[in-house]
Amino acid sequence: MKKTIKAAFSVTIPVMLGYISVGIAFGLLFERAGYNFLWAIFMSIFVYAGSMQFIAINLLTSGVGLFEIALMTLFVNIRHVFYGLSFIDEFKGMEKKKMYMIFSLTDETYSLLCSSKTPVGVERNSFLFCITLLNQIYWVIGTLIGSIAGSLITFNTKGIDFAMTALFVVIFIEQWDTYKNHIPVLIGVTSTILSLLIFGANNLIFPSMIFITVALILFQKQIARKTHKINKVGIKNEC
Amino acid sequence: MNVNTKYTLIAILVMAVVTFGTRVAPFVLFGKNKPTPKYIVYLGNYLPPAVMAMLIIYCLRNVVLSSFPFGIPEVIGVITVAILHIWKRNNLASILGGTVVYMIAIQLIFV
Repeated sequence: MKKTIKAAFSVTIPVMLGYISVGIAFGLLFERAGYNFLWAIFMSIFVYAGSMQFIAINLLTSGVGLFEIALMTLFVNIRHVFYGLSFIDEFKGMEKKKMYMIFSLTDETYSLLCSSKTPVGVERNSFLFCITLLNQIYWVIGTLIGSIAGSLITFNTKGIDFAMTALFVVIFIEQWDTYKNHIPVLIGVTSTILSLLIFGANNLIFPSMIFITVALILFQKQIARKTHKINKVGIKNEC
Repeated sequence: MNVNTKYTLIAILVMAVVTFGTRVAPFVLFGKNKPTPKYIVYLGNYLPPAVMAMLIIYCLRNVVLSSFPFGIPEVIGVITVAILHIWKRNNLASILGGTVVYMIAIQLIFV
């Protein structure tokens, strides 16, 4: 078991750095919005979805209705539907651990599970489970640190919520490099600006998602062709 | 600020349930040796970059371009994050650097 934890730990170091720092940012913002560390930890344990937790601060402070919250969560996290596809067979043998493995399939965990090779002499299922659990532990620790730091800060924190925008810009740049084809980005930008102009700042998410989905379907040929030309591997969610 | 405990609790549980729903869906829907529908795979590949672009604009949705400071602090902040990230590829440095620059901009320069 010790060997498994050690092997899993070394694989998770990059995620540890990322999760602790982003977790700190989340805890800090949530605390500054008026929610103490208990709320922050509660959310990091039971929701456990980075981008969504940042958006949640916005939604909760403006008292948005539950249906809209459900809808927003669905759209922000819909990409997770595709992560599980790669693990349908793999998780079959996980027994009791299976539910937790599915629950905690975040972007970062997904990419580690996809890329990590089990070292010799280590049981694969336990190895994957340790990676998954360690990642959530990092996330919760980061959240706790941020939340407590937030309650101690006395300087003017106006504008600190820009950290959320910054996080999305970082993810955006990472994605830009991963994808050879940038039509989807263009579709995302156009659809959102269009719905911002038509429906206003407070109702833009739902119409933008519809525009995005429709446009992706309409331009399927162009997107698929371009991808094929540059990169013969069209399917990205295959590990 | 007083937290509305009941609302917050239910709202967080809603997020938890929907998030879990998105993660468990493929195991429930496609678990029985059925091939995944092609359009699902297609949307799965190309929704994420579009949604991320949407979220950045969503974050900036309340910026007023027609009056002072014309969104300049936001532009400076985003450019700082982008430059730092392309240069150093360090998530923490990019987020922290961009946020500090933005805070300085709105607290000290564009007041």
